[in-house]
Amino acid sequence: MPPIRDIAVVAFAQSDHLRTTDELSEVEMLIPVLHAVLDQTGLKTSDIGFTCSGSTDYLAGRAFSFTMALDGVGAWPPISESHVEMDGAWALYEAWTKLLTGDADTALVYGYGKSSPGSVRDVLTRQLDPYYVAPLWPDSVALAALQAQALIDAGETDEPALAGVASRSRASAVTNSHAQLRGSVDQGGYLVRPLRVGDCPPVSDGAAAVILAAGERARELCERPAWIRGIDHRIEAHGLGVRDLTDSPSTRLAAERAGAFERPVDTAELHTPFTSQEVVLRKALRLGEEVRVNPSGGALAANPIMAAGLIRIGEAAARVHRGESDRALAHATSGPCLQQNLVAVLEGDPR
Amino acid sequence: MSKEPVAVVGIGQTKHVAARRDVSIAGLVREAAGRALADAELTWADIDAVVIGKAPDFFEGVMMPELYLADALGAVGKPMLRVHTAGSVGGSTALVATNLIAGRVHGTVLTLAYEKQSESNAMWGLSLPIPFQQPLLAGAGGFFAPHVRAYMRRTGAPDTVGSLVAYKDRRNALKNPYAHLHEHDITLEKVQASPMLWDPIRYSETCPSSDGACAMILTDRAGAARSPRPPAWLHGGAMRSEPTLFAGKDCVSPQAGKDCAADVYRQAGIADPRRDIDAVEMYVPFSWYEPMWLENLGFAEEGEGWKLTESGVTELDGDLPVNMSGGVLSTNPIGASGMIRFAEAALQVRGQAGEHQVEGARRVLGHAYGGGSQFFSMWLVGAEPPTS
Repeated sequence: MPPIRDIAVVAFAQSDHLRTTDELSEVEMLIPVLHAVLDQTGLKTSDIGFTCSGSTDYLAGRAFSFTMALDGVGAWPPISESHVEMDGAWALYEAWTKLLTGDADTALVYGYGKSSPGSVRDVLTRQLDPYYVAPLWPDSVALAALQAQALIDAGETDEPALAGVASRSRASAVTNSHAQLRGSVDQGGYLVRPLRVGDCPPVSDGAAAVILAAGERARELCERPAWIRGIDHRIEAHGLGVRDLTDSPSTRLAAERAGAFERPVDTAELHTPFTSQEVVLRKALRLGEEVRVNPSGGALAANPIMAAGLIRIGEAAARVHRGESDRALAHATSGPCLQQNLVAVLEGDPR
Repeated sequence: MSKEPVAVVGIGQTKHVAARRDVSIAGLVREAAGRALADAELTWADIDAVVIGKAPDFFEGVMMPELYLADALGAVGKPMLRVHTAGSVGGSTALVATNLIAGRVHGTVLTLAYEKQSESNAMWGLSLPIPFQQPLLAGAGGFFAPHVRAYMRRTGAPDTVGSLVAYKDRRNALKNPYAHLHEHDITLEKVQASPMLWDPIRYSETCPSSDGACAMILTDRAGAARSPRPPAWLHGGAMRSEPTLFAGKDCVSPQAGKDCAADVYRQAGIADPRRDIDAVEMYVPFSWYEPMWLENLGFAEEGEGWKLTESGVTELDGDLPVNMSGGVLSTNPIGASGMIRFAEAALQVRGQAGEHQVEGARRVLGHAYGGGSQFFSMWLVGAEPPTS
C-alpha cells in the first residue's frame, strides 16, 4: 500500500566529523547544524510542525542528556517534540509517521553523538544481553571480526577485497569536506583478526539534521525534493548464535517493504562501519557493480554514532537535490553485527 | 485525507513491587506483553510492530535495551522503535505507536514501557557528575519541592492539601491489584506524621521505586471490530516540550502542559474539561502535583485547584475522580508510569477497572510529564468511536 501522503527530505546539514571536540559540548556541536539546516529552507524553529531527535545517554555519560539539546533547539513557545534513544534515522522514521497522520506538514530531525570522551568499544558492550553477554565485555570490533571471519569462511569475501572496500570508501570521501578520513589510508595491522585498522571506522564526534516536508510544502521549500517512496526497518534476534552472520534478512525485508526492489537504484548510502558489512548488505540489497555505493565515503570515512545512519539518508537526499541521483537507497543500522536495519528509498521528480 | 481511528483492545501490566527478583528484564516485559495479548485474544503473530519506552538507560545499566529485548517481545522480523522522553516516556511511547496506526503504516501494534529499578539505583543513575553543568539535586523531590512551595505561596493553599491527595491515592491503590503500595492500615494522621523529606513534601507524599511493566495492544478500525472486549477509542493525543531552564519558565504551571492539553481538547471536541471529562489519571509523583495539574490541565481556574482536592471532588466517588488506580504515588516504575496512566484511562472507558471503576466513565484523560516539568504527553480516550 503506498503512503497516504507524499513526504520528502528537503534539507540536510551535518557537522565536520572529528576525532575529538573537547572544546565543544554536545549542544554546541549541534547548534550550528540546526541553524544550517533551517537556513537552507528559511524556516524558523517556530515554523516547524514536529521535531524529533536521536541520541544516547551512554555516549554523554549521563541520564536525560537529550534535554540539553532541546534547550539548544530553542523550544519556546513550546513545540511538538519527541526523542528516540536510537540513531537519528529512526527519529526520521518517527517524524515520517507523524507527517503521515496529517498532524504536521514539516519536521525537523536531528541526531548527534560525541564518542571521544569515552572508549566506544567498551561503551557499546553495554548494549549486549546484560545477564549473559555484557559481563564478558565482548567489544564491537571483536563482534564485527566474528562476522568478517564468517564471511571469509563462507567464501563471500577475502582480506584483499575488504581492503578494496576501505580504499574505495576513503577515496570517495575526498570530495566530502565533512569526512574525517579521506584519501589514502593505510590498512595497518590487525585490530582483531581478520579486521585490520583500515577495515574499521574512525571514532567520530558529529551531528546531522534533516528537514522533512509533505506534499506542496516540500516543493515550496526545495527545488528538487527527495521524495521518500518507502521506508521500513526490521530487527533480528539479539543472540549472535541464532543468526547467520553472513546474511541480513532484516535488511532484505525492510528493503522489500520500502519498495527498493521494484526498480533499480543508482546510488546507495549504506551504514557500514566495517568493510565486511558492505559485503553483507550488497548481497541483501542485490546491489550490482553499476550502483554507486557510499559516494560520501560512508561510515568508514566518518562514524559519529547516533548520527551516522541519519547522515546516510541526508547524503542520499542531497544527491537527489543536486540532481546527481534519481533514485537512491539509504540504509541505517543499529546493534551488534547489523542486528537492526532501516532502508529508505528516495526519488527526485522525473527529468 | 483522514486519520485511521485508533483503538486500545488489550491492556496488561505486572504486579508492581519494589524488586522482581524472580524475573530478568526480558521476563518482566514479556509478562506484561503476554497479558495484553491475552486481553485482546491475539497472538504474537498478530502484532505488526513494537514500540517500547523506558526512562534513562542508566537506571538498569543497559544501553539501548530494545536490542536485547527484541526476542522477548516477539519483535524478530518486525519493526521495533525505542522512545525516550524522560518521565513522560510511557505516554509518548503510546502516542508514537498510535501514529503508526493513524498514519496507516501498520494495523496492530504492541506498545510497552517498563522500569526495573531494583537492577540498579535510580538516584545514582540521575547523579552522574558532568563538568560545567548544573548537578541534578539528590532525587527528583529536591528539584520539585521549590515549585510546590511556589504553588502554595501563589495560591494560599493550606498545607494540609498534599496529605489529602496522598491519603486518597493510597486508599485507591487498595482497590487496584497491580498497585505497588497496598497500605491497608493507612490513615490521614499517618500521612501527616510521616517524616519531612523535602519541605513541604513528606515521605508518604512521595512515589515509591517500583519494578514493573505496562503494555497495550493498539489497532485500527478493522482490528477493533474483532475485539472480544469493548475497545477504548483515541479521541485526542499530543506531546509538547519546552526548555528546562529559562527566565520565562513558569515552573508551577508550564506553558507546554497547557498547550498540550489544549491540543488534546481541540482534537476531542472538549469545550469544558471540567464538565466534559469524567475522570483523570494524571502523573502525580509528589502529592501536591494533583492541585497543580488540575489548574494546568484546565479543570480549575488558576489558584483554585486545591479547592477541588480539599472538597473531595477528586475522590474515587467524587464528581471528577483523579488517579483511580492509586496513581504514581502508589506505583512508580518510572519509564512505565506514563503508560500506566494512559492504560488506566483506557481501562476506565472499557469498564474494566474492577474495584476502582468509575461508574459511567465515558471520556477519561491520561496524562504524563517529565524532565524539569518540560515534557508533556496526554491522550483522551472514549468508550465510543470518534465521530470525525
